[in-house]
Amino acid sequence: MSAETTPLQATETKPHIVLEARNVVKTYGHVTALDGVDFELRAGEILAVVGDNGAGKSTLIKALTGALHPTSGEILLDGVPIHFKGPLDARHAGIETVYQDLAVAPALDIASNLFLGRELRAPGLLGSLFRRLDKKRMREEARRAMNELKFRLPAIDNPVESLSGGQRQGVAVARAALFARKLVIMDEPTAALGVRETGQVLELIRSIRDRGLPVVLISHNMPNVFDIADRIHIMRLGRRAAVVSPKTHTMNDVVAIMTGAATA
Amino acid sequence: MTTATVSPVETSRSLKSRILGAPSAGPLLVLIGFCLIFALSNPRFLATHNLSIILQQTVIIGVLAIGQTLVILTAGIDLAVGAICVLGTIVAGKLVNLGYDPVLSMGFAILLCTAAGLAAGGLVSGLRLPPFIVTLGILGILTAALRLISEGGAFPVRDPFLAWTGNTMKLGGFVLTYGVLIMFALYAVVWYLLNQTKWGRHVYAIGNNTEAARLVGIPVRRHLLSVYLLAGLIYGIAAWLALGRIPNADPNAMQSANLDSITAVVIGGTSLFGGRGGLIGTLIGALIVGVLRNGLTLAGIDPLWQDLVTGILVIIAVALDQMSRRKS
Repeated sequence: MSAETTPLQATETKPHIVLEARNVVKTYGHVTALDGVDFELRAGEILAVVGDNGAGKSTLIKALTGALHPTSGEILLDGVPIHFKGPLDARHAGIETVYQDLAVAPALDIASNLFLGRELRAPGLLGSLFRRLDKKRMREEARRAMNELKFRLPAIDNPVESLSGGQRQGVAVARAALFARKLVIMDEPTAALGVRETGQVLELIRSIRDRGLPVVLISHNMPNVFDIADRIHIMRLGRRAAVVSPKTHTMNDVVAIMTGAATA
Repeated sequence: MTTATVSPVETSRSLKSRILGAPSAGPLLVLIGFCLIFALSNPRFLATHNLSIILQQTVIIGVLAIGQTLVILTAGIDLAVGAICVLGTIVAGKLVNLGYDPVLSMGFAILLCTAAGLAAGGLVSGLRLPPFIVTLGILGILTAALRLISEGGAFPVRDPFLAWTGNTMKLGGFVLTYGVLIMFALYAVVWYLLNQTKWGRHVYAIGNNTEAARLVGIPVRRHLLSVYLLAGLIYGIAAWLALGRIPNADPNAMQSANLDSITAVVIGGTSLFGGRGGLIGTLIGALIVGVLRNGLTLAGIDPLWQDLVTGILVIIAVALDQMSRRKS
């Protein structure tokens, strides 16, 4: 009815920032691993982090997940400054991490792996006094979660070792998605996988994003990055060289920025 | 209005595949096979009297094998099993013979065994030493120390409480010692811990993939410590059962307990690489060893053949485990 509301739209469309780093520095003696890096993960996006070896990708991720303490700078989760003392703090804050090596217990079944470290106990005295696990509920919830993520798996009580590499990594990714409240960080999740299996895992990452959970994806594989990322954060010499969109930039552009041959 | 959607995840494995796929299915068939052979060759084998003797002969190795199973599931091995158990018998026996209260003496001895387990666990988890070396060291230390304490010789222990587990009760013509009942109770309790609680789940996870266990937030070191502590407690209880069978404390006893308990665990289908197997298999494994000894003795065959057949079974069990691991 009134035209006064229109100016507000500009601020409304400003995306919510889930995880942010401001001017983060990390030095080891004389070596500067992070040289005042900025970082910004928006709600509902897949943000790829790319960079040459030694550009500071891993150091940045470690700083974001509490695996190391920045020398200076600020990290904010949902706009609130945070100081993680270790990876467990990050997990408690709702940040889950997936690693490239398949972090599963092969002889345990799929449901047990999904709930590993966060097992559900039976209700009532059986659970509180006798510490009994609620295996049935864990199986049901595991099945429901995998169905929701549309990830194809054999029976949920099969041991993980009977799965293919892609399905195993799918279990690790789904576990992270199941328990992350804020975001999931994936460190080269497909590095150990073949082409077809990589496709399965990428599809899974996409459906995690579609369910509203933002994803940080560290990857060396440009085609994969261009396949699923919404934005690409490019690291160079311990700083953020640029953030580009795969829609406006080509792989060659990104590689040029990575190597310093071009600027955004 | 609902449309039938094809669920990507199958609901459940069939009952048949679950039974055939159970890790203890193979050992159970072997046990039944041996029982059949011995029953057909000698009718005395199946006499209730003989069966209850087999159980009584299985008790000590059977209980020690519970602790051994826990340690092996974490991808460790315990070579101090027998020595810790003998520690219990010598300490309890010495204290009672000195005139101390038998209940307190036995309790103190069990506590010492638990402490020995805790020491092993501390060295394995705290200093990250290989379990093989740690328990080998404890075996050497305890064996020497116990011979020094008991001045080299065995001594009789005559006390009704220490011998209590040797008492018998009748169960429909079947004679059971309290020791046999305690063994079954221990199997039930530890089975529950391993299969129905978070603690047990994490034991398997650590044995399977220690790094993954750490990454999902399981306190791996503390958990290993609890495993060795529980194992020590179980060896202490085994000491009480040993005094019930033979009222004698002997520093030179149980020399073969290490290998016998490992044999029971391995024949029962638990992998020496950790993370696979379970307690039901171990009980069956201990019974296989007991049945084999008894059956061959009844048949009048040289006891050396018992060790020979047991040795072959161990190699077959390990070979099967290796092959199934390579396949997956």
